[in-house]
Amino acid sequence: MKPEPAMLRGLVRGVLSTRQDEIGCDECFEEVDRFVEMTLAGKNAAEAMPLVQDHLQRCRECREEFEALLAVLRGLS
Amino acid sequence: MTDRTNQEWLAELREPAEGGALSDLRSLLIRGLRHAMSDRPAVAEEDLEDFAQEAVLKVLTGLPSFRWESRFTTWAHKIAVHVAFTELRRRRWQDVSLEEITSAPDSDFIPERFADPAAGPEQLAVQEMVVRTLRQTIARDLTERQRQAMMAVLAGGMSLQETARRMGTNRNALYKVLHDARRRLKTNLLAKGLSAQDILAAFEPRGPE
Ligand SMILES: [Zn+2]
Repeated sequence: MKPEPAMLRGLVRGVLSTRQDEIGCDECFEEVDRFVEMTLAGKNAAEAMPLVQDHLQRCRECREEFEALLAVLRGLS
Repeated sequence: MTDRTNQEWLAELREPAEGGALSDLRSLLIRGLRHAMSDRPAVAEEDLEDFAQEAVLKVLTGLPSFRWESRFTTWAHKIAVHVAFTELRRRRWQDVSLEEITSAPDSDFIPERFADPAAGPEQLAVQEMVVRTLRQTIARDLTERQRQAMMAVLAGGMSLQETARRMGTNRNALYKVLHDARRRLKTNLLAKGLSAQDILAAFEPRGPE
């Protein structure tokens, strides 16, 4: 594996920003439909649901699904 | 045809007849997935139909867990998107084994000698401390499972879901494994006496002097 400064920087950031109260993928999935609806309604979902926001920033797979769900609802509206 | 209230959707799906709500739901999910997959030409129309079919079944069995906190259709689309991405990740990684991605020697994914050409001498000293601490923590304090997960997901860029599958667990549980690993690494880094801010500053590209 190549020693990439960017990889190490990302790892250090991820480690140091770790919080005790992070939620997992299951809890994020439970909440994300509400999060998406708030986002589409122009409300500040990140402020209302900070743990979901935090998880979406850390977890690529939950973020992918969140973005796809946004695309679905935008596309159908 | 799909302008139902949450109550109407739930009432009709609880007594599913051929056609009606069931087939409306299925075609709604297919149309939704088309938007979700518009930038993925490799996904065929039959795939979308399969994903929607599986999602409809999950929606039906999951009806009691619908929490009335969103539109019913948003909840159903969420399930369809999850089904689709789960399968696409499985396909994307199907030829990659965990061994391939984690076979490097212990903690090797953090290079022993880390040379950041952009760093000044003080930054370099902090970077060296960080690298040393991370390597020591990984080698001494993390469990084999935590180490393996970090290596596959953080260094190897492997899918969390597919790493989890290969480790005999699921994405949620593996997230927690990584969370525990990060907490340990953070504790050990901060035990060296520098603040998080000081440490992060050593990894920022230097501004003009
Ligand atoms: Zn997640």
